[in-house]
Amino acid sequence: MKLIIATIKPFKLEEVREALTAIGVRGMMVTEIKGFGSQSGHTEIYRGAEYAVNFVPKIKLEIVVAASMADQVVETIAKTAQTGKIGDGKIFVLDVLQAVRVRTGETNADAL
Amino acid sequence: MKLLKILAPAAALIALPALGYAQEADVTPPNGEIGYIFTTFMFLVTGFLVMWMGAGFSMLEAGLVRQKNVTMQLMKNVALFAIASIMYYLVGYNLMYPGDGWTVLNVIGSFSMAALEPVGGSPETDLTYASVGSDFYFQLMFCATTCSIVSGTLAERIKLWPFLFFCIILTGFIYPIQASWKWGGGFLNEMGFLDFAGSTVVHSVGGWAALAGALILGPRIGKYKEGRTVPMPGSNLTLATLGTFILWLGWFGFNGGSQLYMDTAGNVADISRIFANTNTAAAGGALAALLLTQIMYKKPDLTMVLNGALAGLVSITAEPLTPGLGSATLIGAIGGIIVVLAVPMLDKLKIDDVVGAIPVHLCCGIWGTIAVVITNGDASLGTQLYSILVVGIFTFVVSAVIWFILKAVVGIRVSEEDEINGLDMAELGMEAYPEFSKG
Repeated sequence: MKLIIATIKPFKLEEVREALTAIGVRGMMVTEIKGFGSQSGHTEIYRGAEYAVNFVPKIKLEIVVAASMADQVVETIAKTAQTGKIGDGKIFVLDVLQAVRVRTGETNADAL
Repeated sequence: MKLLKILAPAAALIALPALGYAQEADVTPPNGEIGYIFTTFMFLVTGFLVMWMGAGFSMLEAGLVRQKNVTMQLMKNVALFAIASIMYYLVGYNLMYPGDGWTVLNVIGSFSMAALEPVGGSPETDLTYASVGSDFYFQLMFCATTCSIVSGTLAERIKLWPFLFFCIILTGFIYPIQASWKWGGGFLNEMGFLDFAGSTVVHSVGGWAALAGALILGPRIGKYKEGRTVPMPGSNLTLATLGTFILWLGWFGFNGGSQLYMDTAGNVADISRIFANTNTAAAGGALAALLLTQIMYKKPDLTMVLNGALAGLVSITAEPLTPGLGSATLIGAIGGIIVVLAVPMLDKLKIDDVVGAIPVHLCCGIWGTIAVVITNGDASLGTQLYSILVVGIFTFVVSAVIWFILKAVVGIRVSEEDEINGLDMAELGMEAYPEFSKG
């Protein structure tokens, strides 16, 4: 099993969800986050005074899938969330040691 | 303006055939009463429009302060309105309109309480003007407006009670004394100073008092760091926009009612002209600010556009009657430009004005007073400038003295910890939005 952590631009969330559901992803965790990467914030002006927006709003996705499916999920996210402009986000893939479905007690592949 | 205009309708009435009182069966008011009835009615309607500007200032200021200071800002706005109402009754009205009862001729009016006419009116009622009740009610709203201007500038750091004490002095003495110089028939009026609805008498006075307060109070903690201005975005621009529209609506009463008579077709036409000019000046101010912020900052700034609309309104207030629609729009638009340039300029001087009241009411109050000479041939530039200076120096100096005394005796600023935690919890122990996260 693999845990895929992806940060994407907030307006891409719905498109990414649809694309992942279409390839058979059955669940995901979504968090609204703020952060910076190579985009490293930007400046805005309020009443004539410039200020820095150091942390840019992003969406964080956490998806656990069978190892065989991980590459396809990563590709799908990368393709769907891409705009080609700076700040599109990052994807990380981690190993998962165990999974349990709370309702039934099923474990690992059965729990996904 | 009151004394100047009283003569014309009075002469017209004398020329009319004396009709006497109507027969008992006929309930139509006699001719002499009709003007009195319409003018009184006009004062009541325009007066409650100006009263509603209190709501406008409250919403505008609540929207432009940070969430932790909203309750305090609302508290100050309600309290100052009540204080203005009482003080204007106790001393303000007769200090501003002494008639023949000047304490110092044409400079300081009469120290006495306002009194209404008897129930049911009286046979001695002067039918050439309006009821005392309606006049008192209408004029009181201008006094309250002046005070509302001050609260926005000093937001987010001033203690409640010293602020309210200042409001007592401003509404009971500073405002009525300087207003008597023009509207009470005092020395500025004698010189030919023209200020139709109060660009100087109301708006710049509020602005001068606010400026004195801002200088003595100092900027908010963290507002100016290492030569940079740190923005402190307002909590609710929806409320700020609602407040601006309420003020825009109220201004029709402010300027329209200042015609002071609605007893002839000519007066009604003038009031209509004032409504149209007032509206177009606000539009000019808003559009100028919209375009200028787009050009200067690449993105239009809503808070500046709101200030721009108000700037247009203040600019047209000294003379909303004589301009045509075109010149009224331009006078307002120049006001909008002044505001967009004045806001960052004040920040450079480290004068922290939370809602932009000084650029709107003081800078555009001065501009509007000067702009009278453009469309009104009776105005003299020298007299306008002299009056701006006299009223400005008087208001600024007296306000500064009061602020200094308050600072020395009780202190006017909350502690650093209270300021950072927010005045709502520190001074009042309640929040405007207790169920919102602190962001």
